[in-house]
Amino acid sequence: MSENFPIYLLVMAGVTYLVRMLPMVLIKKEIQNKFILAFLHYIPYAVLAVMTVPAVFFATSCIPSAVVGVVIAVILAYFERSLLTVAFGSCAGVFLTEWILSLLGK
Amino acid sequence: MKKENTFMQGIVDGLPICLGYVSVAFAFGIFSVGNGLSVSEAVLISMTNVTSAGQLSAVPIIAMGGSFLELALTQCIINLRYSLMSVSLSQKFDRSIRLLDRFLLAFVNTDEVFAVASSKPHRVSRRYMYGLILTPYLGWSLGTLVGALAGDIFPTMLTSALGVAIYGMFIAIVLPASKKSRSTALCVLLAIALSCLFRFTSGLSKVPTGFTIILCAVAASAVFALIDCAKGREADA
Repeated sequence: MSENFPIYLLVMAGVTYLVRMLPMVLIKKEIQNKFILAFLHYIPYAVLAVMTVPAVFFATSCIPSAVVGVVIAVILAYFERSLLTVAFGSCAGVFLTEWILSLLGK
Repeated sequence: MKKENTFMQGIVDGLPICLGYVSVAFAFGIFSVGNGLSVSEAVLISMTNVTSAGQLSAVPIIAMGGSFLELALTQCIINLRYSLMSVSLSQKFDRSIRLLDRFLLAFVNTDEVFAVASSKPHRVSRRYMYGLILTPYLGWSLGTLVGALAGDIFPTMLTSALGVAIYGMFIAIVLPASKKSRSTALCVLLAIALSCLFRFTSGLSKVPTGFTIILCAVAASAVFALIDCAKGREADA
């Protein structure tokens, strides 16, 4: 372990924890403001959408397999399957696509 | 009744997160050791931070001996989105969650834990939350250990396929919600459009990922929250 590592660890873990902990501990009262309530309703979906697109298309070893994974996930999610089913289905789609591509010699 | 708020239900809901984390943490382990960190350093980072983007951005800074200020600022910007999530999640807690629980739960308030807890139609309890964070935390720590130790025992095709697990989960959360509410669907589309704009526009693509996420998500949510207020009704939850 390098000499400075404990300080690096303390700095990054400390900042990350404060960013998460302070709002959770300090804001406990129920929020009444309509704008804030609506905003908080949208935030999780917006954050997830931003993190997923376009990143998901670059998450596998090639774009075609990612597209197959996304299409399967979208179909399963549209029919409201469980998170695990959607995640597995999507992984299986990617795996099979890459396997077929490798058989075809890419 | 209340089967929904049990520890076991939390475990069940946490398993897909755990699955996704093992693969990402595995990749993080390989990445850290490849950058010159030791196995124990990689595992300690995962055990004390529990963030993906934040940790990935920190490794090169640590490996190259960057300043503590640079490390603190990157972590702050990239992880700032967790503040929003903590505020939002705070509103989902029921009365069983006490002050001490908040100090502990905040530690593992990740994107995915937050997403799953938020997607519940009801308030979440203490037992449920501890069940929910347990396996993702273990998966994150152990995945890092295995990745750092074993390097490339997994064939690339398998890690590549597991890489979409997390995104599959995100889609499984966002899509049904968008089906139920038109304004949520439009907000999601706006967020995606902004995200693509930042990714594919040459000037904007230099903005750090953590910052892009905050900007796009806040902008899209604020627009639709304003529209809701103008219409004089609350968002359909």
